[in-house]
Amino acid sequence: MFDVQKIRKDFPILNRKVNGKPLVYFDNAATSQTPQQVIDVIVDYYTNYNANIHRGVHSLSQEATDAYEQARIKIQKHFNAKQPYEIIYTAGTTHGINLVATGFTSLLNKGDEIIVSALEHHSNIVPWQMLCERTGAILKVIPMNQDGELILPEFDALLNENTKLVFVNHISNALGTINPIEYIIEKAHSVGAAVLVDGAQSCPHLKPDVQALDVDFYVCSAHKICGPTGVGVLYGKEEWLKKLPPYQGGGEMIDQVTFEKTTYAGLPHKFEAGTPNICGGIAFGAALDYMNNIGFDTIAKYENELLDYGTEELLKIEGVKIYGTAKEKTSVISFNVSTIHPYDIGTILDKMGIAVRTGHHCAQPIMDFYKIPGTIRASFMFYNTKEEIDAFIVALKKAIMMLS
Amino acid sequence: MTIEEVQNEIIDEFSMFEDWEERYQYMIDLGKDLPIIEEKYKTEDNIIKGCQSKVWVHANMQDDKVNFTADSDAIITKGIIAILIRVFSNQHPKAILDANTDFIDKIGLKEHLSPTRANGLVSMIKQLKLYAIAYQTQLN
Repeated sequence: MFDVQKIRKDFPILNRKVNGKPLVYFDNAATSQTPQQVIDVIVDYYTNYNANIHRGVHSLSQEATDAYEQARIKIQKHFNAKQPYEIIYTAGTTHGINLVATGFTSLLNKGDEIIVSALEHHSNIVPWQMLCERTGAILKVIPMNQDGELILPEFDALLNENTKLVFVNHISNALGTINPIEYIIEKAHSVGAAVLVDGAQSCPHLKPDVQALDVDFYVCSAHKICGPTGVGVLYGKEEWLKKLPPYQGGGEMIDQVTFEKTTYAGLPHKFEAGTPNICGGIAFGAALDYMNNIGFDTIAKYENELLDYGTEELLKIEGVKIYGTAKEKTSVISFNVSTIHPYDIGTILDKMGIAVRTGHHCAQPIMDFYKIPGTIRASFMFYNTKEEIDAFIVALKKAIMMLS
Repeated sequence: MTIEEVQNEIIDEFSMFEDWEERYQYMIDLGKDLPIIEEKYKTEDNIIKGCQSKVWVHANMQDDKVNFTADSDAIITKGIIAILIRVFSNQHPKAILDANTDFIDKIGLKEHLSPTRANGLVSMIKQLKLYAIAYQTQLN
């Protein structure tokens, strides 16, 4: 039985006050909060077995290596990857995307085509533009409709024998749209293109099965899934990871080094140069344990209730316009109130202890599409409550009154 | 009045407010009353970078005194600009350059000075001072 009050006790930060008011944290799409169970793992690591991994013969190094590699296996199982070495630790989603984009430099030729969606975060646009500059490849964009859904017939029309890569987020950070990645992957594969899915926004809400999806690359960040910042993973199919050259040179990623020639280590170490975020990787594993203990079906069901309730209550307020009204969406509500600037509302809400995101959410093309400077974005996690939504609505009404 | 006198006047006004709500309501009202910049000056060149909201500033000098007009698409930002303009307008460029901005802390708006606020208060002050430098050079 899902008991949100019991869950909330796991998150010490939810007890704090902001500007004298109880914190209402609705900026989960930017970063999620960390449960005590994960904080304990971090403290335990630095208290008891902090050591460099993979090269020490001493006990501490062994313990740290075991914990780090066990976490990799947890992550592998979570995503249902075939092999643990298909899970590459990264510093986060952006790092994973750049690793793939850089790797493709040697695999693309002038005139090859890369497809991205109109719903992308800047981190999922810029690396491909840079890749196009390096290789002479051409960037194509899948357009979206007014509801914030990708227009699939337009995607179909973009595909051809020159298409080498398709990049799409599983869920849009600005609007919460769940993209039909199954369809996109199947269609892309039919012309021989590889697909990278950005799972930064999806992993907090659902459990992707990379084998069932048949996706070639999948990236995410731990800090959006109740884990720490500065760590994430890239899943890549073994055949693809073998094709890509190393991303960074350094320790850990080598087999033999002489001044004449260096041979690289096998997977996953080929992509893991230098001392990694050891504690972060272990804590990421603990965060997935925490989420899986609650269960992603339970999480999704509860978050959908919050989304429905929040949407309903917001729409009762005169002048509210919600952006992103896709049939399939997660617990993200992007909105504006009449002509009031989102920044003004965000500032007043903060004064009342309510944390939302305002601005273009690193997705300027989406804002340009709707011809707005930005939105206010409230994003919910399973530890949020309907009472918090009520407090948010009261605060929002007050902000509107002050600003009108 | 000197810049310092204007600043002290503003500090006095803000000291009467009992809570954040009154402070912000006052800023919002100031924003609404801000003399609007002439439409022809609302150009891309006059936009201050580094703000989540758009801010336009225009300056001119008359009788060795600099005058500013400005606008923003966000009302709280406009309120902040209104305060800055009241402090820095109709002053000699040298006085603008020498002025400190401690009064912002004293009126309870310190949070707006943090670079993470992205409202560009820091950028706005910098821009006003850049105009002053330019006019000071003309006078030398």
